[in-house]
Amino acid sequence: MTYDLPALCRQVRRDILTMTHAAGSGHPGGSLSAVEILVSLYFDQMTLDPHQPQDPHRDRFLLSKGHAAPALYSVLARRGFFDPGLLPTLRQLDSPLQGHPHMDRLPGLDCSSGSLGQGLSIANGLALAARHRGQTYRAYCLLGDGEVQEGQLWEAAMTAAHFGLDNVCAIVDDNGVQLDGLTRDIMNVEPLGEKFLAFGWHVIGVDGHDLAALAAAFRQAKATKGKPTVLIARTVKGKGVSFMEGKPAWHGKAPNAQELSAALAELQ
Amino acid sequence: MDLHNVNYIPQRDGYGQGLLALCAQRQDVLVLDADVSASTRTNWVKDQYPDHFYNLGISEQDLVGTAAGLALGGLIPYVSTYGVFLSGRAFDQLRTTVCYNNLKVRFGGAHAGISVGPDGATHQALEDIALARVLPHMTVIAPCDSEETRKAVIAAADIDGPVYFRFGREAVPLITDEATPFTIGKARLVRQGTDCAVFACGAMVYEALLAAETLAQQGISLRVIDLHTIKPLDEEAVLDAARACGALVTAEEHQMAGGLFGAVAEAAARLCPVPMEAVAVHDTFGESGSPQALMDRYGLNAAAIVRSVRWALARKG
Repeated sequence: MTYDLPALCRQVRRDILTMTHAAGSGHPGGSLSAVEILVSLYFDQMTLDPHQPQDPHRDRFLLSKGHAAPALYSVLARRGFFDPGLLPTLRQLDSPLQGHPHMDRLPGLDCSSGSLGQGLSIANGLALAARHRGQTYRAYCLLGDGEVQEGQLWEAAMTAAHFGLDNVCAIVDDNGVQLDGLTRDIMNVEPLGEKFLAFGWHVIGVDGHDLAALAAAFRQAKATKGKPTVLIARTVKGKGVSFMEGKPAWHGKAPNAQELSAALAELQ
Repeated sequence: MDLHNVNYIPQRDGYGQGLLALCAQRQDVLVLDADVSASTRTNWVKDQYPDHFYNLGISEQDLVGTAAGLALGGLIPYVSTYGVFLSGRAFDQLRTTVCYNNLKVRFGGAHAGISVGPDGATHQALEDIALARVLPHMTVIAPCDSEETRKAVIAAADIDGPVYFRFGREAVPLITDEATPFTIGKARLVRQGTDCAVFACGAMVYEALLAAETLAQQGISLRVIDLHTIKPLDEEAVLDAARACGALVTAEEHQMAGGLFGAVAEAAARLCPVPMEAVAVHDTFGESGSPQALMDRYGLNAAAIVRSVRWALARKG
């Protein structure tokens, strides 16, 4: 089945804005920057079946930057894991859509997340499990560029390379902005590609909003043997909404009614 | 049992033997270490079942996260390193990655307690029971000797959710054998008694038995309970002891706050409040010294239990 990926990306962006507006809180900026990455993975690259969310052979996805939950929820719903009608319940009591993902609440989530820096270790464990059990699934892990300030990430980067985990693919949503400001001002993480290269990874730089470029990069990652691959995906925080793009203020703030309607008008 | 003629074996040997037994039987059990495999005895697994062993290097946070991934992939990882680093350095990983997801990860917290000795306070896990116990879903087990440790490691393989074991470094008295019953969650009555009951874990169970012997000579009947499973707590055993004896003492190589005393006191306060005393470390760090000298300095021995029983009995009135 082929999907209209650009249309899906617009739909996911509208969902993100509508959900966070309804919740009155959440993280639109870093959700919007990850849209093409998630749509590419869930609608094109990953082996999965929304009707069998526990299939042991499915590819796994770790949303290490758990605050991008609205983007992931929208993608899962649009991919058929659950009813999109649930999306407006984000962050409400008894909703399966917790503020940060909780795997026991929602089918399709391969792990919970929310405490930064932990996803890559989990991806490595899943990849080692696949090797131990002779399975061929891949483990994808989406990181934020601010998140890589966490030390555990670099422990995990060592582990993936040490064990030659070519079934691990990390993606850095490199939007250059974190909660308190620009990443380069708060705690510079560059040169990010060179860091991963020095840790023994195959590194691919890619425009994180170019669906064709992402697909090519993911294909290259699958073809890379003997070492893990990281995509340094250059993205724009708040991508798709003119007044949110590149603005730290939209890291963790929901749009009000007026802002929502202005944003939705840009995403038709 | 002749308490004065016992074999001394390190509990970590039982940990290693339990792991070997599991690896011999099951393909889904893996053993992970953080560069202390000679200390934890996981090097036995590395030598005999290399396919079951991963050394993650000195990176406890990544170690625990990797184990979580293995568990999500359908395997049962036994994560092994010093308890002080496992419970402390990797606490957020224990909490948010393993316990929140209720994953079947087993944690072998080695070199627990002050009896680690000369390495000093940095290496003496005195808070690990508290840190593990407060986490939802976590089972916490502190076996009394190497044989009970072996049994606990094997018994834990199939229980749901995460499990934390803590065990010491030093050779300690072997007071159970293959036939001694062991069930996770079921306190083990070691010595019947009626005047006061002592709940102990780890090597303090032996000290409690010595204390019972001393007190018996003075006409005091001390019940001794091996509370190997601190969580889930055998509340029935606490209630029964409180009702029958009317005074409780706890004994552990751990801070008084949040450990075995905390667990028993929380239950007794609700179910049947009675005078209680704690043999434990009292809100202080340890230091270097020989294991025996430290146990004596910090009041973790039979004499301290005898004193505490007398205080509890005095308050019982």
